[in-house]
Amino acid sequence: MLKYIIPLVIFIVMAVFLAVGLNLNPRDIPSPLIDKPAPAFSAPKLGAPSETLSQADMKGKVWLFNVWASWCVSCRSEHPILNQLAQQKAAVIVGLNYKDEPDAAKNWLTQLGNPYDVSIMDQDGRIGIDWGVYGVPETFVIDKKGVIRYKHTGPVTSQDVQAIFLPLIAKLQAENS
Amino acid sequence: MKILMLVLLLTLSGFAGARVEYREFANAEQQQAYDDLISELRCLVCQNQTIADSNADLAKDLRRQVYEMLQQGKTKQDVADFMTQRYGDFVLYNPPFKAKTGVLWVGPVVFLAIGLIAVLAFVRRNKTPATAEISAEKRKKIHSLLEKGDKS
Repeated sequence: MLKYIIPLVIFIVMAVFLAVGLNLNPRDIPSPLIDKPAPAFSAPKLGAPSETLSQADMKGKVWLFNVWASWCVSCRSEHPILNQLAQQKAAVIVGLNYKDEPDAAKNWLTQLGNPYDVSIMDQDGRIGIDWGVYGVPETFVIDKKGVIRYKHTGPVTSQDVQAIFLPLIAKLQAENS
Repeated sequence: MKILMLVLLLTLSGFAGARVEYREFANAEQQQAYDDLISELRCLVCQNQTIADSNADLAKDLRRQVYEMLQQGKTKQDVADFMTQRYGDFVLYNPPFKAKTGVLWVGPVVFLAIGLIAVLAFVRRNKTPATAEISAEKRKKIHSLLEKGDKS
């Protein structure tokens, strides 16, 4: 009897491991920045390069930091979701226009709508490195104290908005700054 | 004609090296540190390549970051810390041993041990020779059969 049980157990263990492995997303790398203060930046605004925005300007607000680019294909699928989210005015949405041409970026926003309260430009990708960006689009949620509370890698779907973003934003809005 | 050929060859050689950035270093140690670092850091876009191997945009940016930090007099450890603070231990091809990476380091040893034990157990079990009682009558038959076999 044992002769049959042992291989069966080994098989089940392997099957479980492989099944879990197949369902893991290798692109989902846990960010060490969670619960850390948002990395400092000061960057020119898209469309108004003479003005700059820094992370300190966002103190006291719950904000989303969405990394996007006009060359990024998955950003296109994410865009309508962001537009919807922006309409709900749950939180300030700041865009990080990552390694993009300002003109192409501006065109993209006129064509597809602009969900961002403001977008800043990161043409050489240095802000991206500071924020640990490796796959566009990425979305961070930052609380009133300027601490990163959540990071989403890849396009945000409407399920993500309902299940993760809106509840988290509501919770963070209730916190004291 | 020879000059034309030379020009052609020189242009071609330029292409061959175009993919790797030309970097100047203050000394050989710094060059060594740079080479070591870029072959120990993972490109997070193409995850099975180091930033030395990868031509992805992010890899280029990270190489530039490494170079600049070394130019500023930062040590290898400083650069590695800088990267892990932003990208986590995953960015290192040689991650430090700690609770989170324990399975990664110990796992293969454990599996090897399990394998060795299994092999040992299997060998032990089959070591006891198969002895069977053979009657004198059968022995005779075997002998006669063997002899017959030899003749034919």
